[in-house]
Amino acid sequence: MKTPSRARLILALCAAVTAFAAQGDAAFDYRLQPVKIADDTWALIGSTEDITRGNGGNIVNTAFVVTRDGVVVIDSGPSLRYGEQMRAAIARVTGQPVIRVFNTHHHPDHFLGNQAYRGVPIAALPATRAGEHSDGGAFADNMYRMAGDWASGTEAQVADEDVRPGRWSAGGHEFELIALEGHTAGDLAILDRSTGTLFAGDLVFLDRAPTTPHASVPRWLATLDALARLGAKRTLPGHGPVHEGLAGIDMTRDWLRWLDQTLAQAAGSGMDMAEVMRMPLPARFERMPLARSEFERSVTHLYAAYEQRAMNSAAQPVLQQK
Amino acid sequence: MKRWFAALGLAWLCAAAVSAADADPLNSVRWPDLQREYLGNAPVSFDPRIEVLAPKVAEDSMNVPVTVRIKGLPDVKRVLVVADFNPIVKVLDFQPLIAQPGLSFRIKLQQASPVRALVQTGDGRWLAGGAWVDAAGGGCTAPSTGRGAPDWAQKLNQVQGRVWKDGQNQRLRLRIMHPMDTGLAPGIPAFFIEQLAVVDDKGAPMLKLETFEPLSENPVFSFDLPDLGQDALRVVGRDNNGNRIDARVLP
Repeated sequence: MKTPSRARLILALCAAVTAFAAQGDAAFDYRLQPVKIADDTWALIGSTEDITRGNGGNIVNTAFVVTRDGVVVIDSGPSLRYGEQMRAAIARVTGQPVIRVFNTHHHPDHFLGNQAYRGVPIAALPATRAGEHSDGGAFADNMYRMAGDWASGTEAQVADEDVRPGRWSAGGHEFELIALEGHTAGDLAILDRSTGTLFAGDLVFLDRAPTTPHASVPRWLATLDALARLGAKRTLPGHGPVHEGLAGIDMTRDWLRWLDQTLAQAAGSGMDMAEVMRMPLPARFERMPLARSEFERSVTHLYAAYEQRAMNSAAQPVLQQK
Repeated sequence: MKRWFAALGLAWLCAAAVSAADADPLNSVRWPDLQREYLGNAPVSFDPRIEVLAPKVAEDSMNVPVTVRIKGLPDVKRVLVVADFNPIVKVLDFQPLIAQPGLSFRIKLQQASPVRALVQTGDGRWLAGGAWVDAAGGGCTAPSTGRGAPDWAQKLNQVQGRVWKDGQNQRLRLRIMHPMDTGLAPGIPAFFIEQLAVVDDKGAPMLKLETFEPLSENPVFSFDLPDLGQDALRVVGRDNNGNRIDARVLP
């Protein structure tokens, strides 16, 4: 009796493992649904969560514009799988080939899908390409750490040409390629003048707390003023819903100004970092997705500079080393 | 023979169960070793009056901010800070003397780890508090960043500081220029501040601490002291190569 029951057990185990593996493959489906946001223009709207093994890093908005000459892609997503599934989603909308990919900036959720676009010219600002080169390897490792097997096979592929800022037309669409900075050292905003659509990358967030790992708050604020003057009809933020008007720019500016004032006041009153991280959020931000965790992250990114300014009333050295 | 070993194992397990006063609320496999190594297996109560404030996720493994907050616990003699899973566990050993028992500082984390404050009161009892910090890691085996700058040796042990007074107490914040090398980055020996004290006008210490490799490069501290009306506070100390720290912080 003993032997057959053990054999049965092993068989059952094998079946379970096979079933699990099969389910695993199906589970790595981002279920990308292109949403038409303007003529010829589709967006893939990610969640406003942090990167997890549940969402596989699909926390970002990407987009594509179908022109007469081919498809223009704006950001390639967080992983090789995402890039591949984005290409499949594009193919469901149009038979046109992809002729150009733009990376708005060098953050991992925006360019780690580049591998899926081999053979297509991928363009980014020089500072973005430099960032992809220097940080890309660590970003890919970290994506794997946070998203797990969603990111398997993902490697940083650096954009292969510089964006030349200014007018760029493709298949009847007039694009304005605008070189900016503030969220990172190189932020590309793309305005499609033909539809009035602004692809803002992470210069604009809406209903999701902005992130600051490479941010300069003063430059970012100046950039937001420049974006507001463009008078775009609608804006696709890097994170959050597509919208008409200035809601995203206003919210991002409000967050950054509050962050700047809060950190300056905290440093001026002698608080230490871990204490600042516990400070209450204003009511208008309390329920915003990721407000608490992004505030904590921003304290790590930015507070040392505020603290430094506050402490610069330097101590007097009595004695230097003997 | 087998049975004899089993009996011995059982006895050891019982002994372990008796010596651990409280189960570790942070549920770390390292805790029994730390308790043996640093506290000589003395019983420890985990006490909500001792809080370790730190981010849940370390955004920068080289600079993880930590505040130890101790409220309503009198007669604290010693605050020993350890990080269970760091290759160098001990972070600092603080004697508050006349200062408040809480303090803030920054550490390097090699991987996700509990960060604990082990607190000894005047009656010899040990109490503890702590928090888990998740981290991508690598903080202890990376070279310090300042070594790349040509003038780091000129700035060594320079102190920046500022005092905030509220009438009764004063907060002292310090930043000391030092690479705080752990010795774990290839070819770079351990080089770190070992001792620090804040002393009054007559040279009597108001607080003292021993510091270790896991403190961040160019370490930043916050201390809370009673305001005894001094013109300035003096900060003294030395690193493990005998370089002196000596600075006055004006209010």
